[in-house]
Amino acid sequence: MISSRVITAVCYLLFAPFIIGLLDGFDRKISARMQGRKGPSVLQPFYDLKKLFEKEFLTANKIQLLMIRSYLFFIMLSGVIFFAGFDILLVVFSLSTAAMFLILASTSTHSPYSAQGTHRELVQIMSCEPMELLVAVGFYLAMGTFNVNEIAQGQMSPITFLPGFFVGFVFILTIKFRKSPFDIATSHHAHQEVIKGVTSEMVGKEYGMVTLAEWYENAILLGIVGLFFINSNPVSIVAAIVAILVVWFLEILIDNTSARVKWQLMLKLAWGVTIVAAGMNLFLLEIIRG
Amino acid sequence: MSTIHKSPWLLHYDGSSCNGCDIEVLACTTPVYDVERFGVINTGNPMHADIFLITGGINSQNAEVVKQIYNQMPQPKVVIAVGTCACTGGIFKECYNIKGGADTVIPVDIYVPGCAARPESIIDGVVKGVALFKEKAAALAAEQKAN
Repeated sequence: MISSRVITAVCYLLFAPFIIGLLDGFDRKISARMQGRKGPSVLQPFYDLKKLFEKEFLTANKIQLLMIRSYLFFIMLSGVIFFAGFDILLVVFSLSTAAMFLILASTSTHSPYSAQGTHRELVQIMSCEPMELLVAVGFYLAMGTFNVNEIAQGQMSPITFLPGFFVGFVFILTIKFRKSPFDIATSHHAHQEVIKGVTSEMVGKEYGMVTLAEWYENAILLGIVGLFFINSNPVSIVAAIVAILVVWFLEILIDNTSARVKWQLMLKLAWGVTIVAAGMNLFLLEIIRG
Repeated sequence: MSTIHKSPWLLHYDGSSCNGCDIEVLACTTPVYDVERFGVINTGNPMHADIFLITGGINSQNAEVVKQIYNQMPQPKVVIAVGTCACTGGIFKECYNIKGGADTVIPVDIYVPGCAARPESIIDGVVKGVALFKEKAAALAAEQKAN
């Protein structure tokens, strides 16, 4: 049992970038088709990443590289905690620590564009963090444990008890995947309001590492989507994969249909959905639990 | 095998252009021409850019800006001057404030003539730029190896 958990964690470290990178490639292809374009190769994200590591390394402040390495390390650590089946609350806290390193990295250069990006990154964290924490709380209330391994071994899928939490979580995924709003801290796309937000001053391998960290983070987030559907029955794994793919497609659709949402609306909507969907669900769960 | 040429990110700077060439540059990213199929991304950040695309001539005010953008771009990098003004100064060449084409302040690799340069010729220039980008990347890699 323990060995399978170790294998899952090692598989995450080895294969998550390939799977998420490929999903990102398909994302760009599907987005292009939705806009009536041909789009790049599905391997494009890998070409981009490889190029970033081959570029000359210029940096305004050497401490930035250390901060970015720490960011990558903490994201990978969060993923190992999650996929090895440990405490989901710890995953959320570890992800927050990683986000702090990204902020320290972007503020270390004193660039006005980075500073603007950092402010928006903080607003973004403010919009998403309540929902992330509530998801962990929701899993505990529904399954009686924070342990990912035990949640996955439950009699029924957590989604049965947590539909509101699921809606809220899928809503913040649009922001976490850096798709919408367009003036967010740093965009998944090239089009961006303020240069490139938090990543403005990150050159070559630094930006490559941030991209890699985002892929690792997206794997965790999609993993949490899957966790809503998993139970002790092995067939539920198929359901979880289908749910992940549906949510992933939905995010592309939202991205392409709401290209001009701004951060002010993001904050209002994210909190609104969190309070209404997750709050109602929490209230009902408490009533059921008596 | 090097795949660096498959990911050329563009930075577009409008010098003192009449906006004719700029509109044509943007037209390249639309569904009709779709340069993203070559992996081209129109980025706004010099630090992430590989190809510097300049439209319009160089005047006393933007000379320093162009130099700074060029210096902020990490190696390997390619500069493409799009339109007659960016190539030579064009019809504004004799104006008191115009220094001339982009090559009066930074080294230009590819010249794309036209007033305004057509999207087809801009894409042609970018494709040539991408080939040069690959050569420069190989030269840089060899130089790094030698050191």
